[in-house]
Amino acid sequence: MAGIHILRTSRLRSTLRYLSRFSSISLTARPTTLSVNLCSRFLSCSHRHQVHAGNDGQKVSPSAAPQRLSFSRLTQDDLAFFKKVLPGRTVTDPDLLESSNVDWLKSVKGSSEVLLRPETTEEVSQILSYCYSRNLAITPQGGNTGLVGGSVPVYDEIILSTAQMNKILGFDSVSGILSCQAGCVLENLSLYLEERDFIMPLDLGSKGSCQIGGNIATNAGGLRLLRYGSLRGTVLGLEVVLADGRVLDCLNKLRKDNTGYDLKQLFIGSEGTLGVITAVSILCPPKPKSVNVVFLGCESFQKLLQTFQLCKGMLGEILSAFEFLDSECMRLLNTHLKLANPISDCPFYIVIETSGSDSTHDEEKLHNFLEKAMTSSLVADGTVATEDAKMKTLWSMRERVTEALTHEGFTYKYDISLPVEQIYQLVTDMRSHLGTQAKSVVGYGHVGDGNVHLNVTSPAKDPALLASIEPFVYEWTAQRQGSISAEHGLGLKKRNCIYYSKGRPAVALMGDIKAMLDPKGILNPYKTLPDDVR
Amino acid sequence: MSGRVLVGVKRVIDYAVKIRVKPDNSGVVTDGVKHSMNPFCEIAVEEAVKLKEKKLVKEVVAVSCGPQQVQETIRTALAMGADRGIHVEVSGKDYESLGPLQVSKIMAALAKKEEAQLLILGKQAIDDDCNQTGQMTAALLDWPQGTFASEVTVEGEKLKVVREIDGGLETIKINLPAVLTADLRLNTPRYATLPNIMKAKKKKITQVKPSDLGVDLTSRLQVLRVDEPPQRQAGVKVETVDDLVSKLRECGRI
Repeated sequence: MAGIHILRTSRLRSTLRYLSRFSSISLTARPTTLSVNLCSRFLSCSHRHQVHAGNDGQKVSPSAAPQRLSFSRLTQDDLAFFKKVLPGRTVTDPDLLESSNVDWLKSVKGSSEVLLRPETTEEVSQILSYCYSRNLAITPQGGNTGLVGGSVPVYDEIILSTAQMNKILGFDSVSGILSCQAGCVLENLSLYLEERDFIMPLDLGSKGSCQIGGNIATNAGGLRLLRYGSLRGTVLGLEVVLADGRVLDCLNKLRKDNTGYDLKQLFIGSEGTLGVITAVSILCPPKPKSVNVVFLGCESFQKLLQTFQLCKGMLGEILSAFEFLDSECMRLLNTHLKLANPISDCPFYIVIETSGSDSTHDEEKLHNFLEKAMTSSLVADGTVATEDAKMKTLWSMRERVTEALTHEGFTYKYDISLPVEQIYQLVTDMRSHLGTQAKSVVGYGHVGDGNVHLNVTSPAKDPALLASIEPFVYEWTAQRQGSISAEHGLGLKKRNCIYYSKGRPAVALMGDIKAMLDPKGILNPYKTLPDDVR
Repeated sequence: MSGRVLVGVKRVIDYAVKIRVKPDNSGVVTDGVKHSMNPFCEIAVEEAVKLKEKKLVKEVVAVSCGPQQVQETIRTALAMGADRGIHVEVSGKDYESLGPLQVSKIMAALAKKEEAQLLILGKQAIDDDCNQTGQMTAALLDWPQGTFASEVTVEGEKLKVVREIDGGLETIKINLPAVLTADLRLNTPRYATLPNIMKAKKKKITQVKPSDLGVDLTSRLQVLRVDEPPQRQAGVKVETVDDLVSKLRECGRI
């Protein structure tokens, strides 16, 4: 039977105090109907009636918090040890812990009692070695900008933050290979590189907060994937600390190295469950001399796809991003962020970015493409920007959609990969399926990569709406052999949905690998792998 | 009023670019650096195009002084709605020493030649921050000036101009022909839409030499040296309040 994770909010504390007059409530008490209702309010994705599992035969919600596994609990001796290894960097103050216990979307909350801030790989190794021997669970945390609840504890896991591991170790300006610690903030790395005429191979909306270690643990995609490829190609080496404290130094800075199995690929996208990434070496492309941003409007998704094909054909090697948003997104940007539409109203909008080494060459190609797109009526309207300020404004039409959505109330987010032609069908089908249940249903994203961000909003959390969306969205995706999580990962929220996109033998093998690298399962428990693989 | 509006547009280093001083301290690096239209000039173009859309003027002519590259800037003005462009060819040493005095002489000559009713400029350029060209041109032409304009209304043969001044806003009425300089709040420049960008390619840009206008480009100024501002010292982070107090004592602040 499942113990319910009771979150420490002041509302709950006072309720518990009230209840304790009538019975003794403990964290692992058998849940009564009362605590089910309390918990369904705090556990974002749980269904009202389905929070607890077990012998009463009711179905478990796939994203409901699982039962706490039998890890040790923190003792004063443990704290003393941490304070000795990390003097001044062992945080136990509940107010300071508050923000690290909650994810960016404010949808999941843990109750960790200690946050550790190592500065070196050696310190991380000592911490993990100790926790392994003591059977203490750890949640590695970077910028805490993940969207699937993977970066915060579920129960009292110790938070291991890489925030203080923010040194750049070196940069080779001939090869463009950057080495740095895992806690470097992406935007800071970009600024460092831009001074040296290079750029990071990835870019995302959360660049001001996300850290490169977390990006790699998530195998983040982002806005530049179309041009520079995924982290699986650009990451050349990793230094990882394993669950038992062993330091795995695969931090080579070579473009090519075929000596044995490529271990770093295991850790890329492992969401902190196979090891803690402590240092990175990554291949960075040269800064483009000429960047142009184009904002176009299309009458139909079909025309958008044809524009994409024309774009690939005519812009070819200078194309660096191809993103889309629908008219609903534009409405939200206008309403909530007061961002005006740069062009006339159209059903679909495209943001195209070109990056090249010669502005004359690029502008000529771009103008030819735009002329063709306009004269063949693929594009209804559009505008071009070559100045930084205007380019940023045009990009913000795409980058700030996530922010605009938060103003609607509560957002149900889905990050789906599909064959490119089918991307928008998901949004259209979801819209007709939900009817008036949802406030807004929007689609936007990396159409060039076949990745759509489907978002459904409602004024407040609505379990009935959630029940209509899931598993409909997952089944729809599975039927078309799509991925239920293109780039966000599985984390806590989607761990049990893995079977929609991966078969049982594959998931079983993942479990074997996890058991081999982390036999005690102390690294980021309850995440990524489904509950039935333990 | 129904006539011709001349708009001066300047090609400057894009405001978002990090400025680097040349190793010989003779100026800033401009080679290979991103340039764009001066933001206040954009506002000037927008105002001129708005006047044309309201049918208050017949033609908008964009003017720029400099080497071949300024034609890009003129094309941007054409894409925003200007009808034709005039490129005053100035290059090499002349371009390096080109300043408000020479430009205002050129603008005055062109205003007379084109029989312009109105000359709109940006209030200042973001590279030199001179804020002189509009005023000098008005003086050379002996035309009234509405500088730091944040609102312009046509009232018959006069213009009502609301100006942004230190104490607040000043409203004046001036006769035409006149010179206006655009301030930030005058309008929000439009995005050049694709159909206009395509049309702009076919619009005419005439080349003119300063000597054709009888203008002498000799500068009375000589730049002696250009230096970067002093580096800002890094701050020091302290761990505790006690550390902060002792550090403040150390540097004699308390």
